[in-house]
Order: sequence, then structure tokens, then C-alpha cells
Amino acid sequence: MEQTIRKAPLQCRVNGENVEVLVKPWQTLLEVLRDELRLTGTKEGCSNGNCGACTVIIDGQAVDSCLTLGLEADGHEVTTIEGLADGAELHPVQRAFMEHGALQCGFCTPGFIMSAKAFLDKHPNPTETELRTGIAGNLCRCTGYDKIIKAIMSITEK
Amino acid sequence: MRPFAFVSPRTLDEAVQAMAGAGGNARALAGGSDLVDQMRVGRRTPSLVVDIKNIPDMQRLEYIPEDGLHIGAGVSCTRTGEYAPVVEHYPSIKEVCGLIGSTQIQNRASIAGNVCNSAPSGDTIPPLLTYDARCIVVGPNGRREVPIAEFFAGPGQNVMAADELLLEIVVPPPPANSSGRYLRFIPREEMDIAVAGAASMIAVDPASKRCTTARIALASVAPTPVRARDAEAVLEGQVVNADVIKAASDLTPNATSPISDVRGSVEYRKELCKVLTQRTLEHCLADLGM
Repeated sequence: MEQTIRKAPLQCRVNGENVEVLVKPWQTLLEVLRDELRLTGTKEGCSNGNCGACTVIIDGQAVDSCLTLGLEADGHEVTTIEGLADGAELHPVQRAFMEHGALQCGFCTPGFIMSAKAFLDKHPNPTETELRTGIAGNLCRCTGYDKIIKAIMSITEK
Repeated sequence: MRPFAFVSPRTLDEAVQAMAGAGGNARALAGGSDLVDQMRVGRRTPSLVVDIKNIPDMQRLEYIPEDGLHIGAGVSCTRTGEYAPVVEHYPSIKEVCGLIGSTQIQNRASIAGNVCNSAPSGDTIPPLLTYDARCIVVGPNGRREVPIAEFFAGPGQNVMAADELLLEIVVPPPPANSSGRYLRFIPREEMDIAVAGAASMIAVDPASKRCTTARIALASVAPTPVRARDAEAVLEGQVVNADVIKAASDLTPNATSPISDVRGSVEYRKELCKVLTQRTLEHCLADLGM
């Protein structure tokens, strides 16, 4: 088993495409996405798992990419905000955020949308309380959350 | 982050060898929600990080009625909390899997990682104490079992050597006619560190209604999570009613040695121990239809 103190190959799927990139073992997945793959939709906020701005989906589950090493994604399927829309067709969560004006500065928005997508995939018919708990790992300092909750609830199965 | 080497072994033997070969400066990586942040701020500076999540033994999640629940060190809190036997037999473990950190954290973090991080506030630990869980530790000298009550040595400290790995946590089957509950107090609804936490587990003889087993464990009120043995002794052998619950809960501060900090004072934490214990015991009784 090789111990790598220099760059190591990372092979994974990002937004449906096979990716092979050399990364430093101490680069977080967030750094790999932003600095190596130039997918800058994923944001760095607190860098310690409190704010959720860096949320991406790995194998269907929302995770904080700032607390995940890039090499941990080896062999896995990563989805970022750039991978949600189908061509020009926005994902329903993206459209709901737009239609409800569920953002002000927008910095937290990609993380919220990724959290909401993963949550709704698992809980298509949540109560508002369940939704608030489900996305408690994402902070917004502008909106007061009301419009975010309304946007997400608007696309749940009634 | 200070540079380090990284390996992702596929077998337990490879992982043990990697740990042994790092001169005591390797660190196992489970969910990473503690370790990656600790490395980022320089609190831990391992020369080697060993990702244990790709080792099949570390992904074991199995309930064997006569043997108990095996939770591999790499099993996420989300997976643990959704596992049907956990939902059915270990309500307090299910509870903590859903309240530690955020959804994003629960999707990565493992109970074993919370145990190895050994914070006095680790939410998953009090329920493990109430079920008399055992830690299965592996290292260059083989395998050993450490009762969870003997695992912790202080804030962030435990009895594992630097070259040892926590393989899995084994939680014995709960006693018949028992229930376990956990409550913590935090100023927010989610995403916070407990000011105090309390887990209770009681078993009651259906005929006599007397308590046959009582376990109470507390978090964030001592250098390690602790059992409240004086309080347990009040419950065992008694018909558990409101008076007995009150008497037991009032003794929980005996087991604690809290600090005053930004989250709460010594006095406040001791009071929380009483209140939280009382409520968990009431919930246990309600679960048992009493």
C-alpha cells in the first residue's frame, strides 16, 4: 500500500462525468472542486461544518465538502450545484428559489439548494418542522429563512 | 493544512500495518467531521491519515439477538439511526444519530469517531454507557475489548494507544422490557454542543413493576461522559414512580464535576442533570406503558 505525501490520483464522477485529477492528500474536496476543477459554484463559508455553504452531494447524500478530503471521494459520485440543471432547464429546487426570491446575497444559496435537493429526494412530503431540521446545517445571514422554507415547501408533494 | 500522507486500506490488516508503521503519528479517518477541522486549525498534525471507510469490517452494521448490535467504526450516524434493529431496540441510539451535528455531519460522522474524539460532550456516548457497550480495539498486538465506561481518560483523551484502531462498538442486547432515552439541552434547536446531556435506560419486571436494571449517563458535566451510579442505585429494586424518579434525579450531580464556561455555569449544569434525567426516566416509563 503506497503512502502518498505528494499528489495522488483521484478518480471519481463529478456531475455525471468521469474525472481524473492529481490532488494533494491534504486538499479538501471543496478545494479540489474549486481550485482544481474550477467548479466555483460550491462556496467556502466557515470551513468547519457549521454553515453548509460548501454542501455537495456524494452518492445521494449531502455532505460538507470542507470536512471531506478530496481523496475520500475516490470512486464516488459527486454532484455540485453546476450539475443540477438539465441543460437550460433549471432543477425544480433552483426554479423554486428563483420564483420565491429565496435569496439576497446568494452566497449560501448553492449549499441550501444541494441540501434541499438531497433532503427532498429522501423526504418528498415533509412537514415544515422536518424540513427545518433537515436543512439546519445551512446558515443564511440575509433572508431570515422564511422565503427559503416557502420555496422548498412549494415543491413538496402535497 | 500541514501536509500528510494518505492511505485508504481495503483490509483491516493493511490498516493495522499502516498505523504501526507511522511511529505513533498516524490518525484514523472515519467521517472526518472532527479530524479534518482539527488538522485545518493545526490542533492535530498527523504524518499519515488512514481512511478506514473502505474496510469491510469497519462497515459492519449487524444486530444479532443473543449477541447485540455491532456498529463498525466507519458506519455513518445516518445509516446507524435508520437501521431497523436500532430503531426497534435502542431508541436512545437512534435519537443521538439524528441530533449530532447537521444532516451533512450525520451522513459522514460515525459513532466510533465520536467515541475516539472523546469529547466530554459527545452526544452518542451517554446512550452507549447506558447499554454497557464495548469497544473492540485492534493494534499491532492483536485485539482487545474495552468497556465503554473505561474507555475515556479526560477531555479528548482515551485509553487507545497511538497505533491502535477502534474496529467496532458492540452494544449488548437491551434487557427485556426496557427502554432508553437521551435528552440534551442546547440554546438552539439544532447544531450545537450540549450544555448538558442525559441518557437513561431502565428495565422493569412486568409482574412486580420493580426496576431490575437502571443506567444513567451524563455528558458535558465532567472531564469525560460519566455514569451516575448513585442515581442508578436509587432506582434498582424499586417500583419506579414520580417520587423515586425525583429522588434518583436529584442525586445525578454527585457524579459530575462540571466547569463554568460560555455555555453554562457549574450550578446550571448540575440543575440540568436533574431535570434532563427526570425527563428521560419519565419518557422511559411512558415507553414501557407505565
